[in-house]
Amino acid sequence: MAEHGAAEESSRVDPPGIALGVEAAAEPAAKHETRNLAEQRIAVATQWQLMWWRFRKHKLAVGGTLVLAAFYLLAIFADFFAYVDPSESDAQRSLMAPQAIHWFDEGSFKPYVYALKGTRDPMTFKRVYVPDTSTKIPIRFFGRGEPYELLGFIPADRHLFAVEGAKASESLFLMGTDTQGRDAWSRLMHATRTSMTIGLVSVALSLVLGVVLGGISGYFGGAIDSVIQRIIEILRSIPTIPLWMGLAAAVPNDWSVVQVYFAITIIISLIGWTELARVVRGRFISLKQEDFVMAAELVGCSKSRIIFRHMVPSFISHIIAATTLAIPAIIISETSLSFLGLGLRPPAISWGVLLQEAQNIQALVISPWLLIPSFAVIVAVLAFNFMGDGIRDAADPYL
Amino acid sequence: MLAYIVRRLLLAVLTVWAISVLSFIIIHLPPGDYVTSYIASMSASGSAVSEGEAKALREQLGLDKPITVQYLKWTGLMLQGNFGMAMEWGRPVSDVIGDRLTLTMVISVAAIVFTWALALPIGIFSAVYRYSFMDYVFTLVGFIGLAIPGFLLALIVMYVGFAYFDANVGGLFSPDLVEAPWNMAKVWDLTKHLPIPAIVLGVAGTAQLIRIMRSNLLDELRKPYVMTARARGLSEYWVVMRYPVRVALNPFVSTIGYLLPYIVSGSIIVSLVLSLPTVGPLLLKALIAQDMFLAGTIVLLLGVLTVIGTFISDLLLMWIDPRIRRGRQ
Repeated sequence: MAEHGAAEESSRVDPPGIALGVEAAAEPAAKHETRNLAEQRIAVATQWQLMWWRFRKHKLAVGGTLVLAAFYLLAIFADFFAYVDPSESDAQRSLMAPQAIHWFDEGSFKPYVYALKGTRDPMTFKRVYVPDTSTKIPIRFFGRGEPYELLGFIPADRHLFAVEGAKASESLFLMGTDTQGRDAWSRLMHATRTSMTIGLVSVALSLVLGVVLGGISGYFGGAIDSVIQRIIEILRSIPTIPLWMGLAAAVPNDWSVVQVYFAITIIISLIGWTELARVVRGRFISLKQEDFVMAAELVGCSKSRIIFRHMVPSFISHIIAATTLAIPAIIISETSLSFLGLGLRPPAISWGVLLQEAQNIQALVISPWLLIPSFAVIVAVLAFNFMGDGIRDAADPYL
Repeated sequence: MLAYIVRRLLLAVLTVWAISVLSFIIIHLPPGDYVTSYIASMSASGSAVSEGEAKALREQLGLDKPITVQYLKWTGLMLQGNFGMAMEWGRPVSDVIGDRLTLTMVISVAAIVFTWALALPIGIFSAVYRYSFMDYVFTLVGFIGLAIPGFLLALIVMYVGFAYFDANVGGLFSPDLVEAPWNMAKVWDLTKHLPIPAIVLGVAGTAQLIRIMRSNLLDELRKPYVMTARARGLSEYWVVMRYPVRVALNPFVSTIGYLLPYIVSGSIIVSLVLSLPTVGPLLLKALIAQDMFLAGTIVLLLGVLTVIGTFISDLLLMWIDPRIRRGRQ
């Protein structure tokens, strides 16, 4: 099947390195030869290679993929990128503004920040911080700091940057601190880990539900199909947020962070599988009429062999695309629920939990850096959308 | 045509039933029941409830019966319009919800009107002038609009209003009219306050609809009948507006079915940030106070109203699409 599809698409795909050579070679003969070569490469290319070549042309999708890779690196090595314990609070340094980094010290590259001195404004009684220009706090790259376990089992204490030997009060606050004096940068790193993985775990659950139910619906058809389709229609016509809120509020208060994490993923995916099921069903129905499925049936293949050996490989790319496009919606759901205080709860840290601090507009006007996590949400969602669009276009240029 | 209406109506009834079961589950999910939370709230205010009183209260409310009986009793009461008492408020649920539910729907409809009013012309423009500079601009803005969750957009709007214009853009009424009875002045005040929540709610849906409209219209514009119309000397405006737009409009109406639940859903959380007097803040409060009767009722009524809205959009679709009217799908 893949070869058949490839021949049809030969005019649409430029294998890497060949299209460029064509411009330089002026002689028609050489041109002809190169094109032949290109066609040969396309004819023998696998479906995945063809997809990859098409995907590469989609600049936004490639950009989105790189951004996501960076996000997941942050998520995996959150402890390394953070430089202090994200839940270490200190009322003495609440709502500090982000510190300005001075990159050069007396002509040489020696980044440092000034220590901040907290005082009270005699007029408004607000806590204000003034840089103490006499105390320079040097920033060390790959310095030692808070001990942690890399990947959960390798003991380490090196961080991307650290302030060695500094007192807690004169530490580094790249993105300022929150109301309880916790370092916003370190919290953002750990929140990225939670929010980016919750998308993956939840989408995996939705995927299982969606593929099984959508597959049954599309492959068997008939009464089962209409029952499943009605269920999907019903679920899609219910406003999800109130429903999620109701279910999430029922999560007992004494559950641990991990239990709540999984409860929320389950709640989100229980309603989120419908779109995936729709895609899978549509693919099954269109593939069922293909000749190669008929051929497999005539040869006497078992049902499961037809499904998993013959049908699934030809639409797996579509499922990957639909899955990628489902993740941003899940991330937004988790963020919204946690923002309301019904999703993940402190001491868990996620983007939504961080944004809870930004709920109060007056506080936000005084300390706008509390809104920084929202950029992470927007960028991650955009990147997922771009990447998903790219995969979808690459998987099926006719869609 | 009749078959279509009956089928849609049946599905609507089925959906309402499913919503009622889900709301009932929400009411019963947390450990303990109405009486336990009643006792808790009473002891918090200093007065104790004895074992006997608790038992009597349970019997009176039918909480000692099996769950199915309770469900039937609950739906029976619902059908009579008796939604029970809101504990925290000490008033019937219908009293507490009343106006807020209406306002939720007003805001949702306003958001849909806004979505349409913007998505239609932009969608047409983007399809007709494909790959033009403005098309790219709209695509980019649309992508960003899709990526910003409603509550974040609301936060940003509030922040900008507060920090740069020194104005509170939240709320639905001017402070002096909040408690006033309904009259023309109040309605006018409401219309003046509606645009901001409507825009905040509508942005994501608008972005989606623009993309749908654009791709639908592009498909139509490639068809031979468009060329025929052009060949016959129809002006470019009429070539586009007379037929292709009308055909492309069809999925536009049919998406209300998905758009409405989405917007109602979003209105809950946006209301909280913009402090709108909808059921959103009420629902959150009820859930935090574990006033599950109030919460369950809100989820149920929101769901039912959404189903009604979807049903109306189905009828609308039938009206604009002769294929459905004449019984062909």
